[in-house]
Amino acid sequence: MENDNKIILKNVNLWYTDFHALKNISMDIPSHMVTAFIGPSGCGKSTLIKSLNRMNDLIEGCKITGEFLLDGEDIYGQLDVNMLRKRVGMVFQKPNPFPMSIYDNVAYGPRTHGTKSKANLDEIVEKSLKDAAIWEECKDRLKKSALSLSGGQQQRLCIARALSVAPEVLLMDEPTSALDPISTGKIEDLVTELKKDYTIVIVTHNMQQATRISDKTAFFLLGEVIEHAGTEDLFSRPQDQRTENYITGRFG
Amino acid sequence: MGKHSVRISAYKELFAKILFAVSASAAILAVGLICVFLFMQGLPAMWDIGILDFLTGTDWRPTWNPPRFGILPMIVGSLYVTAGAILFGVPIGIFAAIFMAEVCPMPVYKVLKPAINLLAGIPSVVYGYFGMVVLVPFVRTNFGGSGASILTASILLGIMILPTIISISESALRAVPRELYEGAVALGASHERAVFWVVLPAAKSGVMAAIILGIGRAVGETMAVRMVAGNQAVLRMPYEFLSGTRTLTANVILELGYAADEHRAALIATGVVLFVFIMLINALFSLLKKKDGA
Repeated sequence: MENDNKIILKNVNLWYTDFHALKNISMDIPSHMVTAFIGPSGCGKSTLIKSLNRMNDLIEGCKITGEFLLDGEDIYGQLDVNMLRKRVGMVFQKPNPFPMSIYDNVAYGPRTHGTKSKANLDEIVEKSLKDAAIWEECKDRLKKSALSLSGGQQQRLCIARALSVAPEVLLMDEPTSALDPISTGKIEDLVTELKKDYTIVIVTHNMQQATRISDKTAFFLLGEVIEHAGTEDLFSRPQDQRTENYITGRFG
Repeated sequence: MGKHSVRISAYKELFAKILFAVSASAAILAVGLICVFLFMQGLPAMWDIGILDFLTGTDWRPTWNPPRFGILPMIVGSLYVTAGAILFGVPIGIFAAIFMAEVCPMPVYKVLKPAINLLAGIPSVVYGYFGMVVLVPFVRTNFGGSGASILTASILLGIMILPTIISISESALRAVPRELYEGAVALGASHERAVFWVVLPAAKSGVMAAIILGIGRAVGETMAVRMVAGNQAVLRMPYEFLSGTRTLTANVILELGYAADEHRAALIATGVVLFVFIMLINALFSLLKKKDGA
């Protein structure tokens, strides 16, 4: 289980029209671990995470070169993009539940991929909500609108929705930045729990959060990965002066 | 001097306030006056004829002695052509809006959008003319009858409500936060599936508002309907959609020119019924908007 790499990036470059957003990034993302991307705003960490499930395809003028491998398969190659996104799920910065019932939110994914039977859907919905640690709070109101939930609950619902299609990788783009400390704590506990079954990549602005939940950390600056190491090593013995400056709060 | 200019700006502000207040009241005053005069002139006639006889009477014989003023055929006629317009206009309008907001490439959009705006600006008498020379013969040769019928009026009205439905639905679709679309796509949904099962449901209340405004336009349309509907004041059954019908609006415009006394009052009372219809539709519209805001 340990030490095989789920995702391998080689010489990745990305441009938004003329802006060179990612510069020559190479990185291995290990299975069943939490990899955190840290760095100041606009450094490319969200851009990189979005290129792992090809959400950048939606942006006009986005050009990508380099090698992106998911279990050895080229993410930008033969792989069907919808199947890729089923395998590489995503949780967004702002909770984005669909304006429909809690049940339908979670059932949307499996329905999209062809699950029709009510019994199967019920089972998937219950399991996903349990895995996202929100089942107890909403099991009695599955038919209620998802918008009636609090912000923190909505984000856990979105995690449940992402889990509903049984992804292998879970990308989380600053999933707690819009939440209060208690909700944030719940989601951090959840991430630690989920890494047993999933490979997780999380973008965070919060360095304490990175130290609390991640196994590996990559530090981004101006589109480059300055340092990528075990979280403990990176924070206690940074190899690069710029990393040290950032984690000690001298800029960013 | 400073004090002086302060006083001048205070006057300016007061003047502006009054100007805005007067402009705003002009609109309210107009609605109020229409309301008052319509009801003042229409309600007594309804009372004289007997409200039930007026609304449920199936004979419209204003020149008989004694005359009969039953407007049920016209109420039903208005309902038929409106329902028909919804049948033709709503699906086409919604699909067109989805196409414009989510599918069509920019160069196509740049042609389509002005074309639809133009469609909204065409005077209804021109639509009526188009109906007379194109739709009436088309229905006559393909479906039979005289061609001036419920069906013809429904098709024409369906076309006429398209710009309303398309423009408002399109804005509603565009107002749906992009995050919802992205959330669906990130689950592996195709573009079409994300649009139809997430974006469209999220725009539901805006699309409903578009439909209701379209209905309002269809109910109130006069000239074009008058030109293609045949205008017989006869109570029709739904299966008689190839026969002519007369709407509330057509009833007023056809006879007001020569009507006098009780006949004239009965036509104004027809206007009252129409006005109540429109008020109900508007109430439904604000109800939906309120629900949307909550």
